[in-house]
Amino acid sequence: MNTRATVTTALLASAISAALASAAMAGPLTDGEMKAAMDAGKEKCYGVSLAGLNDCAAGPGTTCQGTSTVDFQGNAWALVPGGTCATIVVPGGRTGSLEPLTRDLPA
Amino acid sequence: MRVDGGMSESGDARSFAAAFTSALLMPDRPAPAVVAGPSGKAAVKRYGVYRNNVTVSLINALAAVFPATQRITGSDFFREMARQHVRATPPTSPLLFEYGRDFPGFIEHYEHAKSLPWLADIARIERAWLDAYHAADADPLALATLAAIPPERLMDVNFVAHPATRIARSRYSALTIFSANRLDQPVSQIDASASEDTLITRPGLEVMARRLPPGGATFLIGLIAGESLGAAASAALDEAGAAFDLGGNIAGMIDAGVFVGVSEGSHDVD
Repeated sequence: MNTRATVTTALLASAISAALASAAMAGPLTDGEMKAAMDAGKEKCYGVSLAGLNDCAAGPGTTCQGTSTVDFQGNAWALVPGGTCATIVVPGGRTGSLEPLTRDLPA
Repeated sequence: MRVDGGMSESGDARSFAAAFTSALLMPDRPAPAVVAGPSGKAAVKRYGVYRNNVTVSLINALAAVFPATQRITGSDFFREMARQHVRATPPTSPLLFEYGRDFPGFIEHYEHAKSLPWLADIARIERAWLDAYHAADADPLALATLAAIPPERLMDVNFVAHPATRIARSRYSALTIFSANRLDQPVSQIDASASEDTLITRPGLEVMARRLPPGGATFLIGLIAGESLGAAASAALDEAGAAFDLGGNIAGMIDAGVFVGVSEGSHDVD
């Protein structure tokens, strides 16, 4: 045997039996069930699965959409993230949003 | 027989293409001299239309592959970031849905995204999602196949990954952020500080993203790389200790369709 003593044939066999016993696992959740489960902080093994989000999105190049948009160069404001990032909190209480710098303004 | 005629024609075509594309992604460069109107006048405006459409369509391609990333940053920020990526790393394939594999790495080092350290991990899940979507169809491994293997051989069983299987590890709550921003619903406050490993599979027609339990990513990455069941389980136990639930992981990986087959020694079983 070339693996460590912590994993044994008996352990593997019982794990597969346990897997068989729990094989009646729930299928993918709908968007609503998914959100409810996430809001409730519920977890099942292998997490809450998220399925069917881009039924119509096979990626770019799969539509015949014309490109009449003009590519405007971004200005300084374009360098400040402005979407949902402000709702995402990282340790220390900072949110993702970058506020424009104001500390150099005259008081 | 002369063979150099054809060679030089394709050489001309190649040098024309090289000259034509030389300024496509560089708005500061003048239109190449090879692009001219019927009277020989420089076709600056026509070239400008072409140049605009190339840039816009590539930015749109990135927006189509990375919708959650765009929702998080807002459209203006995303398009500026995408524009810089398009100029630094133009596509190498004519298939637009292949584009953007280098975008997560670009985001990770993008100066203006430094305050969003989890953003590159969201983009990795999005790119993996589209790869899983376009991967070859295959029937997932059935649990019964695994259960039929004599216990004394289980230790040395190897697995064959499904073509759609992807794993994205993150130090942040990448799957939670990804999910909230791909669903068409308002986003409430998210604590990004919990590390999340995401499993992306497509056992049937629908792509699925799931959060992996402790040790799960190490276990699956080992198996996908060709480690035996015994070795991969051992590595996962080393990493996660008692939090690693082997039975739960096996049930989960079968349910998610991570693998298509097993091989034990010289006997392949589909």
